[in-house]
Amino acid sequence: MAAGIAKSRVPQRAAWIFLAPFALIVLVFVLYPLVQSTVLAFQQTYGPGTKTFVGTANFTSMMTDPVFWTAVRNTVVYTLGSLFIQLPLALLLAMALNSPKLRGRGVYRLIFFSPQLMGLVFVSILAGLMFEKRAGLINQTLQTLLGWAWTPPGLGSWLDLPWLESHVMATLILISLWMYVGFNMIYFLAALQSVDDTLLEAAEIDGAGPIGRFRHVILPAIRPVGSFVVMLSMIGSLQLFELPYVLLDGSGGPGNQGLTVVMYLYQSGFEVGDLGYASAIGWVLAIMLIGLALLQLWIVRRDEA
Amino acid sequence: MSVGRRTPLWRRALLHTLLGVLAVVTLVPFLWLILASLKNKEDFSRSMFLPPGDAPGTIGWDRLTLENYHNLFDLGFGGAFLNSVFYSSTTAVLATLICAAAGYALAKFRFRGRNGVTLGVLALIVLPPTLLIAPGYELLYHLGLLDTVPGLILPFLAPAFGVFLFRQAVTQSVPDQLLEAARMDGCSEVEIFFAIALPLIRPMVGAFLLITFLGMWNNFISPQIVLQSSDKQPLSVAIAQLRGLYRSDYGLMMAGTVVSIAPVAVLFLMLQKQFISGLTTGAVKG
Repeated sequence: MAAGIAKSRVPQRAAWIFLAPFALIVLVFVLYPLVQSTVLAFQQTYGPGTKTFVGTANFTSMMTDPVFWTAVRNTVVYTLGSLFIQLPLALLLAMALNSPKLRGRGVYRLIFFSPQLMGLVFVSILAGLMFEKRAGLINQTLQTLLGWAWTPPGLGSWLDLPWLESHVMATLILISLWMYVGFNMIYFLAALQSVDDTLLEAAEIDGAGPIGRFRHVILPAIRPVGSFVVMLSMIGSLQLFELPYVLLDGSGGPGNQGLTVVMYLYQSGFEVGDLGYASAIGWVLAIMLIGLALLQLWIVRRDEA
Repeated sequence: MSVGRRTPLWRRALLHTLLGVLAVVTLVPFLWLILASLKNKEDFSRSMFLPPGDAPGTIGWDRLTLENYHNLFDLGFGGAFLNSVFYSSTTAVLATLICAAAGYALAKFRFRGRNGVTLGVLALIVLPPTLLIAPGYELLYHLGLLDTVPGLILPFLAPAFGVFLFRQAVTQSVPDQLLEAARMDGCSEVEIFFAIALPLIRPMVGAFLLITFLGMWNNFISPQIVLQSSDKQPLSVAIAQLRGLYRSDYGLMMAGTVVSIAPVAVLFLMLQKQFISGLTTGAVKG
C-alpha cells in the first residue's frame, strides 16, 4: 500500500513527544501509588508520616473484623439490587422506547437520562431531604396516596416511615434506581439497534410469542452490550461511596446499615489514619473487581466460541 | 414490542400512560427541589409544592422568595462555585489534550513498544480507582501537594479510557494520506496534530471535554481528601459541609443544590447529543 511506503519517512521518535505527558502522569500518579499500595498493605500507619511493617496482619485482622464484613454484606446487597432491579427495568424502558415511530421518543429519552448528570453528592443532598420523615416528599406522597386506606403496622402514619433510620439499603437502592435507570437505558437502546427486524418478523410469523422473540432474537443480539452494562454496573456498585457517605453524614448510619466497603476504607485511612489497613481493603476490593472482570471476559469469550 | 402503524390505539395509549407516569416520577424531584429552594421555612412545611395564597384554594406566587439564595452567597458559596468552574474546566482541557495526544500517537505512529503501551493502557482501564485512594494521599503528602490545586487536578489528567477512545477516533477519522501531505508541505509534527488531527476528531474532543468536566464537577472524594482550606473547596464538598452545619435549613440546602447542578443542566440542554454519544461510544465501539 502507498501508505506503507510513506510511513517509513515518519519520524517515529515524535510518537514519544505525544505520549510523554500521559506517560509521565501515569508513572507518578498511577503506577507509583499502585506499587506503594502493595507496600502499604503490609504496614500500619499513623497518618501519612509514620509507619511500621506488620506483615499480613492487615489481611488476617480484616477476615475477623465484623465491621468489614458488615460493609461487604451491604455492598453486595446494593450491587445485587442494582443488577436485578435496575437493569431489567432499564431494558424494558429501552424496548418501550425503541420504535422510531413512537411520538415524543427523544423527549422521554432525555427525561429518563437527566438524573444521571446530577453528581452523587448533590443527589444525596436532595435525597436526604426527600426521604426525611415528616418534611420529605416521599412520605408525604405515600401518606396522600395510601394514607386513607392503610398504614403499615407500628406507624402512626406514613409520615413516620423511618427510611434513613431503619431502611437504609432500600433507600440507597431506590435512589440509584432513579439515578441510573435512564443511563443504562441509553446503552440498551444503542444495543437494540443491532436487533434484526426481519428476524423478529420471521419469528412472529413462525408463531413465537413476545417471550420467545425476546429470548431467541432480542437477547442474543444485545448480549455484547448487555454484558458490558452488567460489568459497568457491578464495578460502579461495588465502589459505592458518596451516596451513603453524604446521606448518613459520614457515618455508616444506625448499626452501620449503610456502611460500604469504600466507606470503610475511607474511615480506616482518613478518620483512623491507618493508610495501611485502607490499602489492604483497597486490594481485597480490587481483586474482587478484577476477578469479576476476568469472569465476565471468560463468559463472553465462551459464548463467542 | 415495537410501536408502529399496526399497533392498536389502546396499546399506544397504555404505553404513553406508563412512560408518562415514569417521566413524571423522574422529573418531580427536580420540581420539588427548585420550589423548595424558593420557599421560606414556614411555606416549606405548609405546602408540598407551591405555597398557598391568602384566599383558600389559591396559589401564593408572591410568597416565592430568593432569600435562600442570598443567604447561600452570604455564606461564601460563590467562592465554591468559582472553584468548581476552575477545577473542572482546567481538568477537562488538559485531560482532553493529554489523552488525545497519546491516543494519536498510538493510532498513527509505529514505534518500538507501541503494542506494550497499548496493552498497558487497556490494563489501566480495569484498575479500580479506589485502590489508589490511600497511596495517592500518601504520595501527595510526600510531594507537598496536599491542599493545593495541582494536588487535586494532576492525578485526573491521564484517564486511560480517554486514550483508548481517542485512539479509536483517530484510527477511524484521520486518514494517513492527509498527515503525509502535511509532512510534505513541511509542517511540524506538533502542527499536524493541532491543525489536522484534532479538528477531524472534533466530536470526540467535545464529548470527552464534557465527560471530564462532569467528572471533576461531581467529584467528591478527592477534594474531600486533598483540600483542607475552606476557601479552596468546590461545590461538592462545600454543600456536604453545609448539610453538616445547617441541616434543618431546608431552603438553604435546596438552593445550594440548585446552584450546584444548574451549570450542568444548562450544558446538557445545549449539548445533549454530545453527552449521549460520548457516554455510549465506549459501549458500542469498544
